[in-house]
Amino acid sequence: MHPAPSVILFSVLSGLGFGFLAFLGWGALTPSGWAAFLLWGLGYGLAVAGLLAATFHLGNPKNALKAFTQWRTSWLSREAWASVATLVLLAPMALSDIFGLGLPRILGQVGGALAILTVFTTAMIYTQIKAVPRWHHWLTPVMFLTFAIAGGAMLSGRTWAPLAMLAVGAVLLAHWRVGDGAFARAGQSLGTATGLDRLGVPSVLDPAHTAGNYLKREMIFVVGRKHAARLRKIALGLASVAPALVLLLPLGLFGIALATVLHLAGALAARWLFFAEAEHVVGLYYGARG
Amino acid sequence: MTALPQTTQKKLGLVIDLDTCVGCQACVTACKGWNDAGIGLSDHDPYGAEPHGTFLNRVHSYQVVVEGAPAQVVTFPRSCLHCDNAPCVTVCPTGASYKRAEDGIVLVNEDACIGCGLCAWACPYGAREMDAAQGVMKKCTLCVDRIYNETLPEEDREPACVRTCPTNARHFGDLADPGSAVSRLVAERGGYDLMPDMGTKPTNKYLPPRRKGPGDASPLAPLLDIRASGIAGWLDRMLGKL
Repeated sequence: MHPAPSVILFSVLSGLGFGFLAFLGWGALTPSGWAAFLLWGLGYGLAVAGLLAATFHLGNPKNALKAFTQWRTSWLSREAWASVATLVLLAPMALSDIFGLGLPRILGQVGGALAILTVFTTAMIYTQIKAVPRWHHWLTPVMFLTFAIAGGAMLSGRTWAPLAMLAVGAVLLAHWRVGDGAFARAGQSLGTATGLDRLGVPSVLDPAHTAGNYLKREMIFVVGRKHAARLRKIALGLASVAPALVLLLPLGLFGIALATVLHLAGALAARWLFFAEAEHVVGLYYGARG
Repeated sequence: MTALPQTTQKKLGLVIDLDTCVGCQACVTACKGWNDAGIGLSDHDPYGAEPHGTFLNRVHSYQVVVEGAPAQVVTFPRSCLHCDNAPCVTVCPTGASYKRAEDGIVLVNEDACIGCGLCAWACPYGAREMDAAQGVMKKCTLCVDRIYNETLPEEDREPACVRTCPTNARHFGDLADPGSAVSRLVAERGGYDLMPDMGTKPTNKYLPPRRKGPGDASPLAPLLDIRASGIAGWLDRMLGKL
């Protein structure tokens, strides 16, 4: 799949933003005044920046409001609802923290749960797609949720944040390991895609068209194996190991800031790979995978 | 509504005969022509180095190694299969993508499409292409603006690709009716679904190419190894010694 910057930024930034908002809602930190304004502002800023980035992926964004109508079947529509509901529900909690209004915490707790649900709906947009075997696995939502929770734990300075960062690494490794065999396990080939397996062993003779098209640009992205292996090491080091080590050092706020920058860079690399390495079965018609 | 209908009264669709398709691309051209005039299918840099555009139908060509028989070339038209269990419909966040309860045709309401591309991701068959000029999703409409169009002569009330096919490799009809011509073709010729394990339950069916005989000998084969006799033979021997 084409690793579009808009979608990578969207899922990384909003994932971290909603993860942090969940911890703020749950009252992991109880800031007040300017500190509360800055912390809540950071959570809202990340989440909203991510959502805005996603709209750049749309070919016809003027109809964006219609995306709220199909929540019964569409995970993308559910995500639209969950994200807006989270942002609206947590707003009074944020104001309460900033101005010391003393609103009941239950509001933040419900909003925090919704923030996590939002991340789950984001993950399900990819997980539901059977035509992309690497994504179509329960480890995909586990991976998105681990990123969000570890990111939130890091930004809210939890003592167990280093462990959560290591969990990110473990889940990444598991997702890669399972994902590498997913296409083969799905059992599709040019033979099943054309039905010509009942006759013999087919292969591409001539391309259907000599230049590119939407399908080839969007869904048949080829990433070099060496390139991917190197990026995996970078993603693992930056998203998991480095922030875990930095958070263990007694660096205070500076440590959290440094860990966040490292983690974000690693998360972007990991999410780039999430798209670039995902193979769509339509590639079979064009001779991908032999 | 992006919920799929429980059942559809009809299942209009295509039956494509891979035995008779010659890969002439006439269906690609007819489809492009009719639908460009209808919904608009843009082209970009058409005479330049990297021409690309939106098509609802593509014809691939494959070579098949057949055990114990000569290898075969199979040309393979690929377009929307109007699936019963269409994953492209349920993923749509706006309701732009829908399947009609009356005839099973899967369509896009372009006025509601946000161009997110998720339906194209959900389709295993690459049946949907985003139009780069309009920013909305395009797909085969089964020429819904021809098949019910009473201003057209009756023989033209079928999809443009079917109407134009010079080898009669494309057939249009109701696959829910077991007595229809298309259903009989599927039954007689062993019509099949593409990637059935994807669970999409396609309406369109493909008819398999027939196996060719085991290395049929040419009728001219006996003439390939003639030995000259008589005067010609003497000449042949003499000239061979020169």
